[in-house]
Amino acid sequence: MSDSSPVFRIGTGAGFSSDRLDPAVDLVERGDLDVLVLECLGERTVAFSHRDRMADTERGYNAHLRRRMQALLPACSAAGTTIITNMGAANPRAAAARTVEVARQLGLNGLKIACIEGDDVSALVPANQPFMDEPGSLSDVAMPVVGMNAYLGADAIIPALEAGADVIIGGRLADPSMYLAPLAHRFNWDATDMPRMGAGTLVGHLLECGMQVTGGYFADPGVKDVPNLANCGYPIAEVQSDGSAIITKLDGTGGCVTPATIKEQLLYEVHDPSRYLTPDVTADFSRVQIGVAGADRVKVSNATGTTRPQTLKVTVGFDAGFQGEAGVSYAGPAAQERGRLATDIVRERLSRVHGLTEDLRVDLIGVSSLFATAGVRAADAQDVRLHVALRSCAKEDAEIMLWEIESLLCCGPAGGGGFRGSIVPCVMTKSVLIERERVKPTLTVFVA
Amino acid sequence: MSAQQRNARRIVRDIAHARAGDKGNTSNVNVWAYDPKDFDLLKRTLTPERITHAFPNLIRGKVERYVIEHLHGLNFVMQDALEGGVNRSLNLDSHGKSWSYLILGLELEERADDRF
Repeated sequence: MSDSSPVFRIGTGAGFSSDRLDPAVDLVERGDLDVLVLECLGERTVAFSHRDRMADTERGYNAHLRRRMQALLPACSAAGTTIITNMGAANPRAAAARTVEVARQLGLNGLKIACIEGDDVSALVPANQPFMDEPGSLSDVAMPVVGMNAYLGADAIIPALEAGADVIIGGRLADPSMYLAPLAHRFNWDATDMPRMGAGTLVGHLLECGMQVTGGYFADPGVKDVPNLANCGYPIAEVQSDGSAIITKLDGTGGCVTPATIKEQLLYEVHDPSRYLTPDVTADFSRVQIGVAGADRVKVSNATGTTRPQTLKVTVGFDAGFQGEAGVSYAGPAAQERGRLATDIVRERLSRVHGLTEDLRVDLIGVSSLFATAGVRAADAQDVRLHVALRSCAKEDAEIMLWEIESLLCCGPAGGGGFRGSIVPCVMTKSVLIERERVKPTLTVFVA
Repeated sequence: MSAQQRNARRIVRDIAHARAGDKGNTSNVNVWAYDPKDFDLLKRTLTPERITHAFPNLIRGKVERYVIEHLHGLNFVMQDALEGGVNRSLNLDSHGKSWSYLILGLELEERADDRF
């Protein structure tokens, strides 16, 4: 699409680290996009990525990076679509190097791949830095720190666009900033034009979770039916120079774009709708107008904003040891009673024989698990599953728990079956603040 | 409408839809009336006090309610409501993604004139 077009077309090709790939390829091939954003980083994803990098200095970026680039680079190159992504996670430089390799293998020599760094602020944050949103400080946590990343805003991404990059890879780039940056760049919005910063941030906020705005995470049969959800399409925003936008998706894809799908995403993970903080703006979504503009086309307008925060949020990741999970199922007459007996046995033996009582949870899936603490219980279940979770800095504690649950097969109530158990690494995150001036994003451009 | 239908207790899901999100140990659930005519009933049913009293062991902190009048929506911000949050909770749903259906499962506080 030419630079003179009054409408900027931006789409999402991933809304989280494990999001689907084939609809992203379809979107690029048929979407006539200016920019494709791949948002792949949650707070805990960064911490897990730091653990990966500590184990292997050449890793620490999104596990699907190579496959995503192999599938998307040819289509993006053919369509003239720029990719912006935070798939670099804890290692943007290695992610950029992998992307250069993939581009060369595909014969896409000359592709410009930009790497944004400077979000790793572990050398800048004092050991006793107070937490952002709770009492205490970093020095109160006994676990080892794995990494500290500041949220970078649009101002860290715009230089890469000015350099003409085809692929822009960063680490902790704030989700909506990856959308705001190309809009501000195309429409020459000034970083102090807070109504425009707010409007562009709304576009980013609505699109950053991918299909959550096109019918994904929405279906509730009978009251919220969604057509062809198995083939749901990723979202496209057609953005005007004033920041208003049509949210839509490709013809022929599943899902739906309606005022209702827009509304659920509008306040997703938002607290005060008039004060949504990003590195770029204090966005105000409280007066957003939502209107139908056609089939699967919804117009959003009237987002605005005020001054950006003077500090940047920093996610600090800690190594929190291991989490073990294990279960055994019971079905048929008196399944609940047998399941509850298993629960009692597990609690007694983990405590008396192994001294394991802390960071332990025992649920009976089918009767009460997700809503156990809320106090909501199903009375008539006849197909239930004992589910035990335990977290510990010592992997051996998790191994002992798994052994105990498996022992129920011969030593527990009648008819138990289907033991499964797994142990996975665990991270913990805390948030602190850093003065904006102390964070210095850097740009390196590689040519494939 | 039969007498039996009038007496059946309706729940929030019958008039509204919702999505839950998390930040640390704070849960937020946004709730939207399908029909603007039901928004008063929704507001009357879903007060911060009602939510706190419905799930006292789960929702342990302050509950704030933001009203989006022109879109017929409510946003609940519930502190200390995620059993420690994704970092600490051993709930299978450690993000509290399913909390939207806790809210949608509450019975409506209907008056005789609400359905006529």
